[in-house]
Amino acid sequence: MSLRNIGIVYRKELIDSLRDQRTLISMIAVPLLLVPLLTIGLLVVMVRQVGEASEEVPKVMILGGEDSPNVRAELEKLQGVKIVPENSAYAEEISSKRIRAAVEIPADFDAKLSAGEPMSVKIYMYQGELKSGFGANRLEKFFRDLRDRAIRERLEARHLPENMVRPFDIKQQNVASPEKVGGALIGGLVPYFIILLCLTGAMYPAMDLTAGEKERGTIETILCSPVSRTHLVLGKFLMVLTASVATGVLSVISMTVSFGVGKKLLQGVANGAADTILQITMTGKAVISVFTMVLPLAVLFSAALLAIALFAKSYKEAQSYISPLMIVVVLPAVAAVLPGVELNAALALVPVLNTSLISKEIMTGTYHWKYIVLIFASSCIYAAGAIAIAVKLFQREDVLFRT
Amino acid sequence: MIEAQGLVKKFRDKTRGEVRAVDGVSFRCRPGEIFGLLGANGAGKTTTLRILATILTPSAGTAIVAGYDVTRQSQKVRSSVGFLSTATALYGRLSAREMVEYFGRLHGLDETTLRQRIDAIFERLGMNDFRDRRCDALSTGMKQKVSIARTLVHDPSVMIFDEPTVGLDVMAARTIIEFIRECRDRGKTVIFSTHVMSEVEKLCDHIGIIHDGRLLAEGTLADLRQRFSKQDLEDIFVEVVEQ
Repeated sequence: MSLRNIGIVYRKELIDSLRDQRTLISMIAVPLLLVPLLTIGLLVVMVRQVGEASEEVPKVMILGGEDSPNVRAELEKLQGVKIVPENSAYAEEISSKRIRAAVEIPADFDAKLSAGEPMSVKIYMYQGELKSGFGANRLEKFFRDLRDRAIRERLEARHLPENMVRPFDIKQQNVASPEKVGGALIGGLVPYFIILLCLTGAMYPAMDLTAGEKERGTIETILCSPVSRTHLVLGKFLMVLTASVATGVLSVISMTVSFGVGKKLLQGVANGAADTILQITMTGKAVISVFTMVLPLAVLFSAALLAIALFAKSYKEAQSYISPLMIVVVLPAVAAVLPGVELNAALALVPVLNTSLISKEIMTGTYHWKYIVLIFASSCIYAAGAIAIAVKLFQREDVLFRT
Repeated sequence: MIEAQGLVKKFRDKTRGEVRAVDGVSFRCRPGEIFGLLGANGAGKTTTLRILATILTPSAGTAIVAGYDVTRQSQKVRSSVGFLSTATALYGRLSAREMVEYFGRLHGLDETTLRQRIDAIFERLGMNDFRDRRCDALSTGMKQKVSIARTLVHDPSVMIFDEPTVGLDVMAARTIIEFIRECRDRGKTVIFSTHVMSEVEKLCDHIGIIHDGRLLAEGTLADLRQRFSKQDLEDIFVEVVEQ
């Protein structure tokens, strides 16, 4: 193994790539321009959404209750909701987001309440829709308070203590630090971006250094030099890896700065509605750890892209081979961002998904060392396999001179 | 010296099945001589020369180039060979100097020797005016000179030219023809493939007529004229191929 020759090839490819506009755009312009725009843009949209939802006075509809003037009068006085006239198409109104929720008051509500007869109040809402949730919650709270008051009055009338029907209270108490709460909410996005950008950063140089060389006719020129094909592919691989890592590093720096700026700009906006999300802190330790985990993945991407692009006869053909690979990488990376997907031993062996999941944990400040070691080792094995395949393909005449 | 012995190269083709692009080619080319490989398109010229330059490995047979075996000592062969064809393009984003430097370094030259060689070659070929200009901004003639400089930087004893004048204008082709002649005059072993009869008549000491992967006739121009009782090389070529 001649490190000198690998170094010569690497140096040349570096100079060559740094003069290639497409590589420069994907390696430097995307992380430094697009990432801040995306990060700040995403934060602004999120804060605005949450803020709007919490500030909006939800329109709600009261169904029935004409025979119960007391509860209707109280409902109409309820703060934080706007009562709209009754309409039989309430379900359609909720689904089309014209109103947020509706409450159905059972017949003879007032009378039954006084008589202590059983009945149930129905609240109609759009599940999963934030603003509908707010509206329904307000209605539910109103009836819960009303129920509590009725219980209290009945107990008092019988001279019984309040805790008779309520022997104990239940309270949820958050013990996770604010960073962890924020991290759990959007922490998965940071590694997702790093992984995606490591891939896109490697794409153009990988195509340029293989299919591009075939297209421009320089592959034959380099093959008649005394450099061995193994040294040649390793030099090229190092260049692709450099582009991948550089894109990753630049995007991390850019994301950290943008996040800091975004936090300063948005903290306290919309009555602090989005402050929980903004509590995510990108500590140096977390960023370095995430990056260490992504490094073998960058090696895997670089070698795999190089091998795939080498198969192609032209740049265009290489693009058509590589585009589906984007989906293969994006899907597991997205899966890791979804709530509820938890790391286990089997998932720790799935490339990309494993790194994405462990990085999400790291972003919240949790370090599962067993998984970290397992994932790092498995990623290294996949990466080594990809390099071996790339080296092997470079020895094959039918691949190099495919017509 | 180049000594090819029973070279065979088989390919698998989706439609045609197994194809023998080169089929038992043997010949010898001595230092200070130009061996012309004459054949139509698809005759097997490029494949033969790619085997000699160790870009392809032979399926059978072997060749000794500059004293080294093409299959077992391919790296040493490449260190002793200068290979030039219209397919050997330049790195467009490198300057003329960077392009030649890159190949000089890959040939193991130290920085002092490399600088001296580049200065001498650039001077000789009149390349100093565009030495720092990017290759993609050069004219065809200038590009040819850079390619020549690239093949010369390690001072090879064997030169392989695969249809080097295809697609070139008269002036650029002339530069190449003169360069090939100069290589022979400097005592290098030169092999040259073409389908242009006039180039062969002008340049070659020995001629090999190749068709369907087989070397059908070989000798000096005088030998061939005598053997086929014809003066015109084109007539000789047609007769050999049609036989």
